[in-house]
Parts: sequence; C-alpha cells; structure tokens
Amino acid sequence: MQFLFRYANPAMFMRLSGAVLPYVAAATVIALTAGLIMGFQVPPDYQQGMTVLIMFIHVPAATVAMSAYGAIAVCSLLSLVWRHPLSDTAARAAAPLGAMFTALGLITGSLWGKPMWGTYWVWDARLTSFLLLLFLYLGYMALWSAIEDETKAARAAAVLALVGAVNIPIIKFSVDWWNTLHQGESIMSGNLAPVFLWPLLTMMAGYMLLFVTLWLIRIQTAIVERRARSLMQGPA
Amino acid sequence: MSPFLCLLVRDMKLATRSGGGAALALSFFALVATLVPLGIGADLKLLARVAGGILWVGAVLAALLSLDRLFQGDYDDGSLELIALAPLPLELTSFAKIAAHWLSTGLPLTVLSPLLALMFNLPGDATLTLFLSLLIGTPAVSAIGAIGASLTLSLRRGGLILPLIILPLLSPAVIFGAGAVAAKMDGFSPLGPLELLGAFSLAAVLLSPFAAAASVRLNLSG
Repeated sequence: MQFLFRYANPAMFMRLSGAVLPYVAAATVIALTAGLIMGFQVPPDYQQGMTVLIMFIHVPAATVAMSAYGAIAVCSLLSLVWRHPLSDTAARAAAPLGAMFTALGLITGSLWGKPMWGTYWVWDARLTSFLLLLFLYLGYMALWSAIEDETKAARAAAVLALVGAVNIPIIKFSVDWWNTLHQGESIMSGNLAPVFLWPLLTMMAGYMLLFVTLWLIRIQTAIVERRARSLMQGPA
Repeated sequence: MSPFLCLLVRDMKLATRSGGGAALALSFFALVATLVPLGIGADLKLLARVAGGILWVGAVLAALLSLDRLFQGDYDDGSLELIALAPLPLELTSFAKIAAHWLSTGLPLTVLSPLLALMFNLPGDATLTLFLSLLIGTPAVSAIGAIGASLTLSLRRGGLILPLIILPLLSPAVIFGAGAVAAKMDGFSPLGPLELLGAFSLAAVLLSPFAAAASVRLNLSG
C-alpha cells in the first residue's frame, strides 16, 4: 500500500500524470483512428447490413460505462478505508465521464434499435439496466454537489457508490429476470467473426484510453482548481 | 425496556401522532390508486392487469414520502447526536429506526393494499400474492430508504435528491414484487419471484443498518 500512497500524493500525481498524459492521449487518437478505419472496411453483416457498424461505437461505450462505475467504487473504497483525498477527487472526476459513456451507450443503442427492432426504445433488459445505471450516476453526482462540506460530500458519495456497487449486480439480475430481448454477449463466447472482432477490440481499447485521458485531465483540473481556491482564500 | 425497544416505540409514537405523517403516506397511496384509473381509463380488465405494478410503484413512492422523518427530524433538533452518544451501537439504532418506519408505513400500506386491489378488480388469489409481496418487500424499501435518508440528512433540499438516489436501488423490489403478482395472474406459481424478493429484502435489511450508521456518523462528525 505504501507504494500506492507515494503516487497518490497530489504533487506526485500531477508530475506523473503530466508525464504520462501526452502518450495516453496519442495512443487514444491512434487506437480510435485505427478502429474507425478498420470498422469501415468491414463487410456488411448478412442480417444487420451496415448498421452493424454502430456496434463499434456502441459496445465500447457500454463497456467503459460499466468500468467507470467500477473505478468509482474502487476509489470510494480506498477513500473510506484510507481516507485519501486524491481517491475522492478521482471518484468524483470519473462520475460525469461514466454518465456520458452510459448516455452514449443508450443513444447509440436506440439508434441501432430503430432499424433492427423497429423502435427507438424497447424495454429490453440491457437497455433498462443501463438506464438505471445512468440514474445511479446522476444520483451520485447530485449527492456530491448537494453537500457543501467537501469532506462530508466525499464520504457520503463514497458510501453511496459502494451501496450502488453491491446493488448493481442485483439490479442487473432482476432486470434480466424481468425481460430479455437483447442479444447475448458475443465476444467471450466466440460467436463474433474475426472481421468484426478486431475492429471492436481496437475501438474498445480506444474508448478505454479516451476514458483514462479524460479522467486524468479531470483529476488534474480538480487539483489545480483546489489549489487556486486555497490561494484565493489566502493563508488561513 | 431495552434501549432498542425504547427507540422503536419512541419513533413509532412520533410517526403515528399528529404531524408524524404515517397517515399521510396512506392517503398518498390511496390517491395514486385513485388517479391511475382516471388517467388510463376505467376498463376493469386493463386495471386488473396493471394493478400489481401500479400498487407496487405507489407503495414505494408513498414510503419514500415519509423517509425524511427517519433521521431528519432528530438531526434538526439535535436529538440524533444524543442518540448517537447512547450506548446502543449506531447500527442497532438505524435498525430500530428502519423497523419503526416499516411498522408505521410499510405495514399499513400492505394492510391497505387489498382494499385498493379490490378497486382495481384484481382477482382474490392475485390480491393475496400482492399482499404477501408487499409484506415481504416493503422492509427492503424502509431499509434502503434509510441509507438515502441518512446520506441526505444534512441537506436542505434532501427531499429532491432522496428519490434520485433510492429509486434505482429499489428497482429489484418492484420487479420481483410486481412480477409475483403478474405470475399469479398468468397462472404461474408466484413462489419464485416471492423467494427472490425475500432474498433481496433480507439482504437489504441486514446490510442497510451498517451503511446508514456509517453515513449518520459522517454527517455528525465535524
């Protein structure tokens, strides 16, 4: 843990993330460009036609949306157990990104649903649990901004994030039980042809890198913002 | 009387006497059930079909309305700090408050539900399922609601954030509760969803006091 805390010091974090950021950003651009180019080379699917291309921007968004909540939950646990302020900052910075990727997943999903299912919205299990995930993100962000005292807000948000993390699998299970229309997951099960798999994996890497890039920038911004605020208030 | 019972009885008294709001939650529940037929029409077949879902959603919303009195009043007048100082662990305090909330809100809503189900033309056996599902599921509403109430207890506008936090977490209860009624209506056994609801409810009642105690503690510190 000591090792981790050394890098969790804000000044250390600023230096380290500043050094890493350009490379991550460059990798993001490369992965996304390559993924898009590869995606457009793909032959039309025999059932879905060209709408299969939506998969390349839909599936990675959904993956990142869930990973972001995982990141928030881990940061919240770190913050509750070790009371480290940087993990609070990190958790808070990840929330709007997670919400954005969730919304992106919902929007691209419904755009895909229109030609495939005939409507923009069906109460399918995955769409529904993603809508609930979006509300979880919104509630988490609302709680953060509602409590004025920053330490209290951080701890309350951390408790909520952990409660949500425990509950998400249950919500997922209950919604699945409630209704399943969405096609099953097809990457791990090997049902995806390699032509589709490689662009998808590249796009996934691109989205993940994009998330990390934006996350680092947001954490840096939050740290700088706090520093500026304490400078404005002057020596206490 | 043990401190636990003491607190339970005190909270029950506060909830049921004037200004407590337990009766208000019941009226709200009845009003929602009255407005729905006005909105979707008086077709008795349709009403029977949607009764399980509507009454479940109505019960959750009604219970939500009275959640703010779980900790808020005690926090505002300072008694929560004294209760926290008492030898009773804060986890048990939260549990007592959850129990009092359920006894004064969840249970009366459950008892009222067959009457409303009658107005929705729900068949007798499905009404029994609805009653059982509310009996099993409303403790989860009180328990998870307590987490939200304790997280927002220092907020002036907590009443608006509370539903946003709580409702997504409560979706499994609504799904299994209304699902049990729907299963019964379709001629299947409602046992599966009821068991799942029971599992959800037990887990919520068991774990929520810890989360609620943690967030009461953080709100009282500093």
